[in-house]
Amino acid sequence: GFWRTQAWGQPPLQAPAGAELWVWFQPTVTDVDKAWKELSNILSGIFCASLNFIDSTNTVTPTASFKPLGLANGTDQHLLRYAVLPREVVCTENLTPWKKLLPCGSKAGLAVLLKAERLFHSSYHSQAVHIRPVCRDASCLAVSWELRQTLTVVFDTFSSGQGKKDWSLFKMFSRTLTDACPLASQSKVYVDISPKNKEKELLEVTPPPASVHEAIVHGEKRTYAVYDLLSPSLFNTSRSLNVQLKWKRPQDSSELPTPVLHAQRYVSGYGLQTGEISTLIYNTHPYRAFPVILLETVPWYLRLYVHTLTIITKGKENKPSYIHYQPAQDRRRPHLLEMLIQLPANSVTKITIQFERALLKWTEYPPDPNHGFYVSSSVLSALVPSVIAMKDVDVEQSPLFTSLFPSSDGSSYFVRLYTEPLLVNLPTPDFSMPYNVICLTCTVVAVCYGSFYNLLTRTFHVEEPSRGGLAKRLANIIRKFRGVPPL
Amino acid sequence: MGLLSDPHCRRALSRLVLRLNTPLCALSYVAGLGWFLALAFQPLAPRTYMSENAMGSTMVEEQFLFGERALSYAREFAGHKKKAGGMPVAWLEKTMWNLGLEVHSQPFSRTLPFPDETRERYMVKGTNVYGILRAPRAASTESLVLSVPCSEGPHNNQAVGLMLALASYFRGQIYWAKDIIFLVNEHDLLGMEAWLEAYHDVNVTEVQSSGTLGRAGAIQAAISLELSSDVVTSFDVAVEGLNGQLPNLDLLNLFHAFCQKNGLLCTIQGKLQRSDWDSLPAYAHSLQTLLLMVLGQASGRPRGDHGLFLRYRIEAITLRGINSFRQYKYDMTTVGKTLEGMFRKLNNLLERLHQSYFFYLLPSLSRFVSIGVYMPAFGFLILVLVLKALDLWMKLSKCETGSAESGPFPSPSPPHGPPLRSRRPHPPGFPQESRPGLLALVPPLLICHAAGLALYFLPVLGQRVATQHFPVSESEAVVLTVIAIYVAGMALPHSTHRVLTGGGSDRGWMTLKLLALLYLAVQLGCLALLNFSLGFLLAATMVPAAAAVQPTGPRVLLAALLVLSTPAVTLLLGIFLQRELVEAPAAAAEGWQLFLAAVAEGLLQHHLYGSFLFPFLALGAYPCWLLLWNVLFWK
Repeated sequence: GFWRTQAWGQPPLQAPAGAELWVWFQPTVTDVDKAWKELSNILSGIFCASLNFIDSTNTVTPTASFKPLGLANGTDQHLLRYAVLPREVVCTENLTPWKKLLPCGSKAGLAVLLKAERLFHSSYHSQAVHIRPVCRDASCLAVSWELRQTLTVVFDTFSSGQGKKDWSLFKMFSRTLTDACPLASQSKVYVDISPKNKEKELLEVTPPPASVHEAIVHGEKRTYAVYDLLSPSLFNTSRSLNVQLKWKRPQDSSELPTPVLHAQRYVSGYGLQTGEISTLIYNTHPYRAFPVILLETVPWYLRLYVHTLTIITKGKENKPSYIHYQPAQDRRRPHLLEMLIQLPANSVTKITIQFERALLKWTEYPPDPNHGFYVSSSVLSALVPSVIAMKDVDVEQSPLFTSLFPSSDGSSYFVRLYTEPLLVNLPTPDFSMPYNVICLTCTVVAVCYGSFYNLLTRTFHVEEPSRGGLAKRLANIIRKFRGVPPL
Repeated sequence: MGLLSDPHCRRALSRLVLRLNTPLCALSYVAGLGWFLALAFQPLAPRTYMSENAMGSTMVEEQFLFGERALSYAREFAGHKKKAGGMPVAWLEKTMWNLGLEVHSQPFSRTLPFPDETRERYMVKGTNVYGILRAPRAASTESLVLSVPCSEGPHNNQAVGLMLALASYFRGQIYWAKDIIFLVNEHDLLGMEAWLEAYHDVNVTEVQSSGTLGRAGAIQAAISLELSSDVVTSFDVAVEGLNGQLPNLDLLNLFHAFCQKNGLLCTIQGKLQRSDWDSLPAYAHSLQTLLLMVLGQASGRPRGDHGLFLRYRIEAITLRGINSFRQYKYDMTTVGKTLEGMFRKLNNLLERLHQSYFFYLLPSLSRFVSIGVYMPAFGFLILVLVLKALDLWMKLSKCETGSAESGPFPSPSPPHGPPLRSRRPHPPGFPQESRPGLLALVPPLLICHAAGLALYFLPVLGQRVATQHFPVSESEAVVLTVIAIYVAGMALPHSTHRVLTGGGSDRGWMTLKLLALLYLAVQLGCLALLNFSLGFLLAATMVPAAAAVQPTGPRVLLAALLVLSTPAVTLLLGIFLQRELVEAPAAAAEGWQLFLAAVAEGLLQHHLYGSFLFPFLALGAYPCWLLLWNVLFWK
């Protein structure tokens, strides 16, 4: 699915529509491309995803957008590979192998909630696996590998709840929690109960939480009710845990405040020859400007006109302070455009670039060519200044929050956003016609070309109408044999 | 080709073309018209069928049951509309938001080039409101549109109500794969044009609107709905879009299939289909339907709000609910079910609609004439021009070689030499006599096109001056200037060629006529590919006069024929024919008023939506016709 930043706020975990894979290889890897190919094929097998469609035509090596996670501190960009398959959709067949990686599978613990039929009855579904090196202990003498599995689901309470926004675990997952996974060292449920507009007691959670956790997420103070599945007191009163949230008053316009950074991308123009990719980036921060890195990957069959690249903020041209452009090669690699753009406070920045649609070879069209061709999401990475001051959160105390919502220093937090993927129509021949076309062209060429060539090269001279009958012709033939000029 | 390279055969052929020219032309013309009339004969037009695999059968179980809710929405909307005296923007936004849609509004403004008197508008300000139903787990790459115009007065309230009821029902469903945009556009086509331009971020016309909008990817199909009564007796479907563009036939088939499934009566051009096809009245009926479609398409005017979508390659139709004096009425639930079924089918589409025909004529809703069948009718008409041109060409080359033989150089080419020869540069010392013929062509050509340019630019530019000096309103000024320039153009030829030496020769007019014929043939040929109906109508009227015109013979008769064939008269006759076909014949005075309105409308359509009818007539057909007029008064 696609995370609708404007309606849902900043995503807890960023993901583009489709499948995304990015890897920093170890410096010891000699042939990165080969390793990348092998890795994508292996992952494709593990997760039943079509990651094997990743090849050189959709792989890029960004220079600034992606930093290695965890301990590694590589800066050699050649070790990075990034690819997005915008057409892939997540499906149950991807969920099953993903669940199998969990320590208890879906037999116990939080994972019992993950019933496919409910998870896909939702507005948004995204699952991810991150692997990174981390310190084994506080002294950081040894490195261990951390595997992090995340699943993000947005349930549409509107269509299921007749306009009410109340929810419960049972309503969403048709399951309740009964125990923690025996292998788990920590198993918690966090529920965001942050008060809005300083009005408290707007909502009510049952059962009452044992503890409350406060954290600063995306520059906002959030309060979370915490349910620790490992604490025995939780299952004392009832056998299962069914967290419920009720709004005390019907909410009229409880729209989320628009996030500080959001973006929109679309194709403009009409016709099948040229077009324009426009990206609108909004900075709604009231007084702080901040830079953003934009990464655009455009397939080769859209021929970008780089000279038409314009960046306009508040009616003035905005010069990017860093541009990295790698032109496409037909059938070999995509366009890569990376820019560092300064966004003034409270502004909309419009980035447009024109393109021409290429005519593919007829064997290169997919089976449904009139569906259109996908252009993957562009990636926006920014350090967004927060409105309120942030404290450095102790890593030991809440490892989850620090890894999910890292803040580089006290005043800003990191946001990565993905824009909409685009669907672009290319000029498509009518595939039911090739036979007719071949026949027709061959006939036309044969008839027209042949006869015109004939007319143009032939010399004409007027023949006297032959007079005389058969006798004269016979005589002429005989004279011809004799070598005498004819009569 | 052996035929052409053999001098004997060629001579025979050329003699045939020369001697039998007039009968051949007449035959070809009659064949063209006859072919066209035969298109309406039902057995010749195949039945329509669904080509698109994803919409193959109508196996959708419609569950829309909220006809009553639609009506209550409609009443509420009507009340708020009356209170707001226009579009109730705030109410619509709130209602859509409460339905769980993502709501956006788009203010726009447009100043017309001159006041539109039939609709009484000049400086237009309005707001389009639309809600987007986001498909779950989809990435907003594709969408469908249901649009409803918010028209003045009590019209279309039921359409808005039904749209809101459908939106609330659709919102609860999980199966959507494409986003659905529910659009209420103000000021009908103007609002639609503003919305489409803003959505695609282009500026074809001069509409000003706010730029930032919510978007939902590439729009795959659109349906425009017009309903003004609580119950309907039938549905009329409008297909003709801007410049006579048509939506893919599959969209029409889809509508037809669901009408049949739900037992709805559906009509096209307001004509119900007759079940008996072999009787004469049935043939006349389908011919009427066909002619109405041809006239509608030729006017290049969108017959509904859907017409503007087609430019962006979005297949679209307009559905109009009709409430007439039939016995059986259908309620909102049935109508809603039909729309639900259509949207669910469109939602199933894997690709854009592309399987079926884009070029067709409809003698009835269930039969169609494809481009391969109707084009020969036009081909026969154009053949007349080609034959006539060939005849002139041969006459010209004959008199050229004839004069060459009498000159100092004996001609290398024999009499009736190959036509290709004469295209070569004349040998030096070629007698000067035939030269002025070519030179004399330049002034008429230039003058005719200057007249066309004046016709195109002056009316709108000069409206201020005209209103200052004459007691007319702006739009009257524009229309009357058009007519004045049009008529004044006819006075030009008397003074053009006389000033030149050698004008008035036989060669001169023949060359000019040859040129005009070829020019006309090329224009009409190109036009027929874009808009068959317009091309055919112009060909049917202009070809006989163009073929017959010459400065000798019964001049008055020819002049009358030529005047009758001018595009303006064709327009006038078209209006009368159209009124005759919809069984509301117009009197002469009313026809003239309609004609004036149509001229104003044509200019407005060009400036507001980019219709090419007026520029084509002013810059192409009219100069070409003036060339023929020049031929008539060559001597």
